[in-house]
Amino acid sequence: MSLAKISQIAGPGVYVPGDDVDTDRVIPARYMKCITFDGLGEYAFYDERFDANGQPKPHPINDPKYAGATILLAGRNFGCGSSREHAPQALYRHGFRAILAESFAEIFFGNSITLGMPCLVMDGRDIRALAALIEEAPQTELNIDIPNGQVSLADVSFPAKLPDHAKEVLVDGKWDAIADLLEGLDAVKSTAAKLPYIQTA
Amino acid sequence: MGKTLFDKVWAAHTVRELPNGMTQLLIGTHLIHEVTSPQAFGMLRDLKLPVLYPQRTFATVDHIVPTDEREEPFSDSLADAMIKELRRNCDEAGIKFFDMASGKQGIVHIVGPEQGITQPGTTIACGDSHTSTHGAFGAIAFGIGTSQVRDVLATQTMALQKPKVRRIEVNGKLAPGVYAKDVILHIIRKLGVNGGLGYAYEYAGSTFDHFTQEERMTVCNMSIEGGARVGYVNPDQTTFDYLRGRPYAPAQADYDAAVTRWKSFASDPDAKYDDIVKYDAADIGPTVTWGINPGQAIFIDETIPTPEELPEKDRSTAEEAYAHMKLQPGRPIKGTKVDVAFLGSCTNARISDLQEVAKYLHGKKIKAGVKGIVVPGSQGVAAIAESMGLADIFRNAGFEWRGAGCSMCLGMNPDKLVGDQLCASSSNRNFKGRQGSPTGRTVLMSPLMVAAAAVTGEISDAREVFGLS
Repeated sequence: MSLAKISQIAGPGVYVPGDDVDTDRVIPARYMKCITFDGLGEYAFYDERFDANGQPKPHPINDPKYAGATILLAGRNFGCGSSREHAPQALYRHGFRAILAESFAEIFFGNSITLGMPCLVMDGRDIRALAALIEEAPQTELNIDIPNGQVSLADVSFPAKLPDHAKEVLVDGKWDAIADLLEGLDAVKSTAAKLPYIQTA
Repeated sequence: MGKTLFDKVWAAHTVRELPNGMTQLLIGTHLIHEVTSPQAFGMLRDLKLPVLYPQRTFATVDHIVPTDEREEPFSDSLADAMIKELRRNCDEAGIKFFDMASGKQGIVHIVGPEQGITQPGTTIACGDSHTSTHGAFGAIAFGIGTSQVRDVLATQTMALQKPKVRRIEVNGKLAPGVYAKDVILHIIRKLGVNGGLGYAYEYAGSTFDHFTQEERMTVCNMSIEGGARVGYVNPDQTTFDYLRGRPYAPAQADYDAAVTRWKSFASDPDAKYDDIVKYDAADIGPTVTWGINPGQAIFIDETIPTPEELPEKDRSTAEEAYAHMKLQPGRPIKGTKVDVAFLGSCTNARISDLQEVAKYLHGKKIKAGVKGIVVPGSQGVAAIAESMGLADIFRNAGFEWRGAGCSMCLGMNPDKLVGDQLCASSSNRNFKGRQGSPTGRTVLMSPLMVAAAAVTGEISDAREVFGLS
């Protein structure tokens, strides 16, 4: 299984402000009644973006100004709550390829990296400054440089960080762990054999 | 220097270090349900990979099952397709499935302990963030996403970064009317909804020593609401007694050997922690949430905080919360009208929760106009509650007595709030739209506080309603 090496990401951005945005908000539970992830993209932030009659509400993602944005800017503790991978899947299938936020909830972070969708941490003031630049020139491309930990728009740059292990797996094209895990199967079997509660035979 | 339980369990289950510095960790016990597993089985088929150790995965159906109409086909065709898909996947792979007809179906985090599958010194994973519940037994239990469900099915391992460990001590005796639920809401209120980021929480202190196994589960369950993916309590005699005789617990001589092994995993007295915080049980009162995350909580006799009373960083979420909850800062929460009372969820739908409420609810009626539903956590809990006469106490009080499942905790089945109904709920999340209506409002509290709200029709102090002192 060969995965893309992800070190540079470019695309227009959109800022969805707010702290502690939970995964129920990213994808309401009623849209998880499915046995594949196909089609989840249209339900990203559904209840924030549409009213009870399915009519669009004012929301940055509905704003034609930000149409085609592939980089999401958010606040603190983004993706908290449920472990549902449906949340990053919905964002990815909506077209997002990276998220910039002040901090991320742990399970959401891991789920996103496994999809090859980096979650980079930025200072809150930098996010708001970047959001202001995007608002002035909405379709301008942001450039995320993963190895160097930077995001830039035109000639302005801000630090955007990933933990070393996440940086490494993205850049090396090993962000989906399954291949690495399968390589260790012999060691798995010998570890399991040492644990009395696991009967492997 | 001694080691924590976390260190010991981690070391015993470490397969190897991966090239990127993460650990390949063996997951001894894997629990699955219908919502987060079908895509994982699909990925396995695409990769042509078998399930490595089918005997180490256990399944049940909880999120989408209706709690009133229990016969298939369910009227919701999507829900019906999901249960059938899980059944097919379990059949094909040879995975034990606690199905609807088994008498053992229920919320996965209630079924695991009830069956004795959840054991000390083990690693557990499940595609559900409340998997931290199992930490109450001194297991290290991770909520995971669907790709990791695939990883565990295919390799019985996952790639993980070792977190830090924070010991949270609570000492002393809780006052009457104050419960394990109040303890965890208090901890989250104090440490914040993201305070546990990067940590495993070890709960300790005399309050936890005296807690029953089920009370410990309530606390560990909500670790994730404080940002900690893992929460645990060191195993002790309470744990060992709970497990004795359960279907999947070791029997007879094996049990004694297991207890010796289980004891060895407990944190050493001189274990080193990355952080330690301490609370006094006497400082904790009946707690309710007023906002849109579980950290936005106050004691029942406090007023809803004004923005000025909150740290700067919490103010924008507070403004969002006032607007969504339609509550006024500076006003008491007590007296707020309630439309629905929900007693259920993996946090508080065990037999001891129902027993405690029934003790006080006996002979009382819920207020006209309030919809009250009790959803036992498992078919096992429901059967015990019926045999003890608890179900009748709830029915006679005007509650609807339902079948087991997640129900209105997340509104994936037909049990949902309507419009902006306000629900007094024994569940774990008060997120916007969590209970199935985008404008629905959730106030989290202990089961007895839910009963008090049902009886009076408003957010109330259970100590006053039921005469506890």
